[in-house]
Amino acid sequence: MAAWNEAEANDILRRHEGREGPLLPILHDVQEAFGCVPAEAVPFIAHALNLSRAEVHGVVSFYHDFRHAPAGRHVLKLCRAEACQSMNAESVAESVLDHFGLDWGGTTPDGRLTVEATYCLGLCACAPSAMLDGEPMARLTSACVEEIAREVGR
Amino acid sequence: MRIFVPRDAAARAVGADKVAAAIADAARQQGVAVDIVRTGSRGLFWLEPMVEVATPEGRVAFGPVAPRDVASLMTGRFDPSHPLCLGRPEEIAFLKRQTRLTFARCGIVDPLSLDDYRAHGGWRGLERARSLGPAKTLEEVTKSGLRGRGGAGFPTGIKWKTVADAAADRKYIVCNADEGDSGTYADRMLLEGDPFGLIEGMAIAGLAVGASKGYVYIRSEYPDAVRIMRRAVELSPVDGFEIEVRVGAGAYVCGEETALLESLEGKRGQVRAKPPLPAHKGLFGRPTVINNLISLATVPSILADGAEQYAAFGMGRSRGTMPIQLAGNIRHGGLFETAFGVTLGELVDDIGGGTQSGRPARAVQVGGPLGAYFPRALFDTPFDYEAFAAKDGLIGHGGIVVFDDTVDMAHQARFALEFCAIESCGKCTPCRIGSTRGVETMDKIMRGERPAANLALIADLCQTMKFGSLCALGGFTPYPVMSAIQHFPEDFTRPLRAAAE
Repeated sequence: MAAWNEAEANDILRRHEGREGPLLPILHDVQEAFGCVPAEAVPFIAHALNLSRAEVHGVVSFYHDFRHAPAGRHVLKLCRAEACQSMNAESVAESVLDHFGLDWGGTTPDGRLTVEATYCLGLCACAPSAMLDGEPMARLTSACVEEIAREVGR
Repeated sequence: MRIFVPRDAAARAVGADKVAAAIADAARQQGVAVDIVRTGSRGLFWLEPMVEVATPEGRVAFGPVAPRDVASLMTGRFDPSHPLCLGRPEEIAFLKRQTRLTFARCGIVDPLSLDDYRAHGGWRGLERARSLGPAKTLEEVTKSGLRGRGGAGFPTGIKWKTVADAAADRKYIVCNADEGDSGTYADRMLLEGDPFGLIEGMAIAGLAVGASKGYVYIRSEYPDAVRIMRRAVELSPVDGFEIEVRVGAGAYVCGEETALLESLEGKRGQVRAKPPLPAHKGLFGRPTVINNLISLATVPSILADGAEQYAAFGMGRSRGTMPIQLAGNIRHGGLFETAFGVTLGELVDDIGGGTQSGRPARAVQVGGPLGAYFPRALFDTPFDYEAFAAKDGLIGHGGIVVFDDTVDMAHQARFALEFCAIESCGKCTPCRIGSTRGVETMDKIMRGERPAANLALIADLCQTMKFGSLCALGGFTPYPVMSAIQHFPEDFTRPLRAAAE
C-alpha cells in the first residue's frame, strides 16, 4: 500500500476525467491505492472537482466503506443481519472476536486482522456468512475460528 | 467430459473453487480431458457446491460435493450410481415446481459466453423490441402487468411511459442493484449468473423511453457480481446503448431510489423529497427510469414471448412470476421463482422443508429488514403484493427469513430499530431520532421497566415514523417492530435477561 502522494492521486483523478458524478469512483480508487482516504486527499480532490472541502468530507464520512486510517492486513467482515442471526451468527461472531481479543471494528495490535460488522452479503441461504479479504465464506460455525486464524496466519 | 461448477459467490463460499480445482487435478492425473464450465447457481443452495456433468441424455447433477468426493466421482466418470447423484437437475422437485422466466438461464449458461446467451434465447426480446418500435414496446411492458420488484410494486409500464413522454436532451436508465435486504440474493445471483439478461433489459428500456446511457449501481458487498457485470459490459455487443457499472460504499439507504441517484451523482446518499419524481427529474436532473434489477431482467422474456404469456401467470394485480428467496433457518434454502399466489406456509414448510435446526418455525420475516414478522397463524397468506399489505406486511424484494422457536422477538424488534439508527441518512427527524429513541425504549421494555407504558410509547413512535418519514427506511421500520409486538406479545411482557449488549 502506497503512502499518500499527489502524483498517484493525480493519476487516479485523470482516470476519471469526463466521468459524470465521479466522486465515489475516485474515493474507491484512492482507498484502493492508499488503504484509506487520507486527510490530505480531501482538499486535493475538492480542488480538482471544484467542490468544497466540506462537501467531500461529507461524502467520505457518510459511507461506511471509507476509512480514515488503513485497516489491518486482513479484513474479516462478519454478517450480523437477520438471516445470519437466525443461524446463530452472534455466537460465531463472539467466538471470533474472543479468539482475537477484538471488539467490532477493532484491529489486532500486530496489525494483522481487522474484524468488522456487515449487514448482508447476499449469502443468506448458507448462513452464517462472512467475507475475508473479499472472499466469501458461509455455513460458519464456531469451529471456523481455526480456519480464519490459519488464513490470517495466527 | 463437460463439467459445470458454479462460480456464484454463495457456491464459492462453500467450496466450489476447491471442487473445481480438485476436478482439474484429478483429470490431469487420470489423463482425462475435461472442460470445466463455471456457471451461475441454479439456486438450490443446500446442495451447493452442485456439480453437473453433460451426458447424451442431458445434464446430471451431483451435490453437495466436497473436494474429498472428487476422486470417487472422477474415477467413476460421474456415474449416476454415486451416492451424491441427484439425477437430472430439472427433475429435482425444488426446481421442477418452479416457473423460471427471469432466471431461465441462471445456473445453466456460462455467464460470460455470448454464444451460450444466444443459444439459450438471448437477444430475442431486444430484437422484437427493435421491430416493434418504442411505443409498442412500452405497450407490451404495460400489458404484461409487470410491477417493480424492488418492493414498492409500482407498475413498470407507467414509470417508463412518464419518462418516454418527458422532453429532455438526455435521459437515463438506472438499474438499482443495491440489494441490501437481509434474506435476498436474487440480484446477486442474476448479476453473477446471467449478466447479459440485465444488459438486454436495460437496452430495451433505453429503446422504449429514448435513453442511450444506463448505470448499474451494485453494492460493494458484492465484489464477484461487480467483476462479472463489468466484464459482461465490456463484452456486450449492444450498439447505441452504453452501460456503466458503479459501486456503492456500504450505505443501506442507497437502495432507496432517490438516495441512489444522489450517490451516483457523487453526493451523500440522502433521500430526496418527492415530487419531483425521478421520472421527471432524476439523475443529474434528467428524466430517469430507475428500476430494480429483477424488473429490468424480466423485460427480455416479456418482449420475447409476449405480454399475454407473462400476464397469464399470477393472481389479482400481481402478474407474472416472483423470484422468492428462502433464507435463514430453513432446510432447503434457495431461489424459488414462481407465479404469485403460492402461500407462505407452502413456501416455508413444503418447498423449504421447514427449519434447518429441525425445531418448529416460529416467525418468518418477509421482505427484508423493513418487512413484517409473520407467525404461523398467517401462513395461509398468499404471496401477492395486496394480500401481504392487507396483513400489515410487505413482500418487498421477495426475501423470506425463517426463525425457529429459539428466537427472541423483543430482540428482533430492537434490532429493527437499531438497524434503522445505523443506516438512517439523517435527513428527516422521525427516522434519525425516532430510531434511536426506539432502541432506548425497547431496552427499557426488555429490562421489564413499565412494559405496558413503554409499549404504548413504541406504538406512538412507530406511528410518527410511519407517517412522518421521507422514505421507506424510517417509514417501514415500524413493520417489523409492530408485527413482533402484535403477533408475539409474550416476548415483550416478561422481564428478560439484561438488555442486549
